[in-house]
Amino acid sequence: MGIDNIYIRNIKNEDFKDNEYIEECLKELIANDTNVVLTKLNTLINWGRSNSVWPLTFATSCCAIEFMCLGAARYDFARFGWEITRNSPRQADVVFCCGTIVYKMAPVLKRLYNQMADPKYVMAFGNCAISGGPFKNSYNVVLGVDKIIPVDVYIPGCPPCPNAMIYGMMQLARKIKMQNFFKLSK
Amino acid sequence: MKIIEELLMQFSLSVSKITDKIYTVSISKEKLRQTVVFLKNNEKLLFDFLVDIIGVDYEDSFGVIYNLSSTQFPAYTVLVKTHTNDRKNPHFDSIFDLWQSAGLYEREIHDFFGIKFINNVDMRRLFLRQDWCGYPFRKDYDPSLEVNHIPFSNEKLTDMEKINDGDSIFEKNDFVVNFGPQHPSTHGVLHLRIVLDGEIIKKIDPNFGYIHRGIEKMCETYTYQQLLHLTERLDYLSGSINRHGMCLVVEKGLGLEVPDRASYVRIIIDELTRIASHLLGWGCMAMDMGSITAFIYGMRDRENIMSIFEETCGARLMANYNVIGGIINDIHPNFQRKIKRFIPYMRKMLKEHHFLFTNNPIANGRMKNVGYLSKEQAISLGATGPTGRASGWSNDVRKIDPYSAYKYVDFKEILRTDGLTFDRYIVRLDEIEESLKIIEQLIDNIPSGAYVTKTKTIIKLPEGEFYQRVEGARGEFSIFICSRGDKYPYRVKFRSPCIPLVNALKSIAIGTKIADLVMLGGSLDYVVPCIDR
Repeated sequence: MGIDNIYIRNIKNEDFKDNEYIEECLKELIANDTNVVLTKLNTLINWGRSNSVWPLTFATSCCAIEFMCLGAARYDFARFGWEITRNSPRQADVVFCCGTIVYKMAPVLKRLYNQMADPKYVMAFGNCAISGGPFKNSYNVVLGVDKIIPVDVYIPGCPPCPNAMIYGMMQLARKIKMQNFFKLSK
Repeated sequence: MKIIEELLMQFSLSVSKITDKIYTVSISKEKLRQTVVFLKNNEKLLFDFLVDIIGVDYEDSFGVIYNLSSTQFPAYTVLVKTHTNDRKNPHFDSIFDLWQSAGLYEREIHDFFGIKFINNVDMRRLFLRQDWCGYPFRKDYDPSLEVNHIPFSNEKLTDMEKINDGDSIFEKNDFVVNFGPQHPSTHGVLHLRIVLDGEIIKKIDPNFGYIHRGIEKMCETYTYQQLLHLTERLDYLSGSINRHGMCLVVEKGLGLEVPDRASYVRIIIDELTRIASHLLGWGCMAMDMGSITAFIYGMRDRENIMSIFEETCGARLMANYNVIGGIINDIHPNFQRKIKRFIPYMRKMLKEHHFLFTNNPIANGRMKNVGYLSKEQAISLGATGPTGRASGWSNDVRKIDPYSAYKYVDFKEILRTDGLTFDRYIVRLDEIEESLKIIEQLIDNIPSGAYVTKTKTIIKLPEGEFYQRVEGARGEFSIFICSRGDKYPYRVKFRSPCIPLVNALKSIAIGTKIADLVMLGGSLDYVVPCIDR
């Protein structure tokens, strides 16, 4: 059992490696047929976090329909713990940006993002959210949501099929698992 | 028809024809109101359905085209054209008091072209922000980022904002509630400002434009093949139907013959799209009333159609299947077999939907006696499609002006007379049955042969105007193209079936409880990207 560098005055770092009493306790538990899993607190929290990401229902156009398919019977994202969509940004962990963002909508999206509690994530669904997509030449379209808010995962497609969306969600879950929960910027 | 022509001549109008059923009338702008009133009120003509108002920038002048259709002769259309040479301060007489739908159409033209309509009390911008610089549909508009950059703050909307430097929208003591733009029950990003008296709705002021992508303007820079995919993204739930309409209007302009095989397959795809759309509309309306089960059931049945699309068209929602001259690829070998399996399945499921939801006492209690829309109101609003048919207005384009292979099939136009929420709901479910009937008649008789007519690589429509209407899942979708013989269209205008539906919501929600508003919106089943374009 190793523990990373911890600074506490009067206790040397090596002393943390001297875990005789825990090991004895462990032996006793195993002898009594108890299952024991040892992990870091960070990994445990991230395991929980990555399996219960609640998305905000934010959809502007076509991709919303595929997002609805994702939530309905055949694809059913509740299998992956993404469970239910939240209508309030205060309760949501991730904003699925489904559809084109136009100039009038941009400040609204920015405000919704600011209202979400940290740690928060953004997924850009579909070509419009990535780069303006088919509406690149328009006078009123924001060329990608990353012009307004930071994006974690991009899912291309017009609209992306639900399989692609599930793949994108998996990537976000991976990203969440890699993060150090205690060092996330507050 | 001779009688229409004669009567128009009697009124000393110079009449010309685009096709057999579309007349154009050019008049001076002083005679505009007089002509429109004549066409509307003449008992023999009865052109009392204002389909659309189209604005055109002719570079040296501004034109406005009033698209009128008759309830007497529904297959005929009159385009009343007028123009002004005054580019600095263009203005026309308003007709907002003649039709309930005209007000919003005039605001749209004001927003895009900067044309004023005298006497129209509400001349705010409709889609763009109030602080937008310039008028984007003018040919001399500068689209650079310096003129209009991405805004950092929300549009400043005050409840006491003035319309037309006179009255404000709301009274001083009104209690105003904002509904949207980010709200799961608005079916998109629609912003409604609602005046409440306790629980009762007194007034609704819709605020559009949260998904205005400027598709019509973009069409002017694309070739005809390139702009096909944009039509599908207007009303994405009847995407194939919109694209079908766009292909038809270009084919009409070129005089292109479409192979029968393509026409048949197009209609089958259209009807499948309609079923998918109605299933989603039904599910969402039920979800708006709190029944999640219905939504899951609707989406489950819809997945069957999606898998047929995926096999034949290669995509689920945006089929991208119609091209100019036919269809992009031949049907998949499984196509007929899968549809034949789908038809009895859907019939069985329809029975289940009726059993679960239509006869449910709670659903009945909420849908009956709520949201009455009379036939006269529906015509005045231009609320076509299932909404109009639930009020007893026969307006199915497939029946009144059959296009493609619809003349070969036998089906019934669903009409009800009560105009309540329940009727709009039941019309949709009954239309699924009719669509199944159409597919059943065609599926075994798909003719063999070519599926596409070869076209030139660069398509140039001859100079002139082209017009075609099709029956979308939400109502009449029509396309107007003004061409100057170039490979790009000069002006494209799509008639959105959804603007009148929001306008209808404005009328029918007055006096109902706020809790019913969401459900009324669900029963009208509008799609917001179709409104904003």
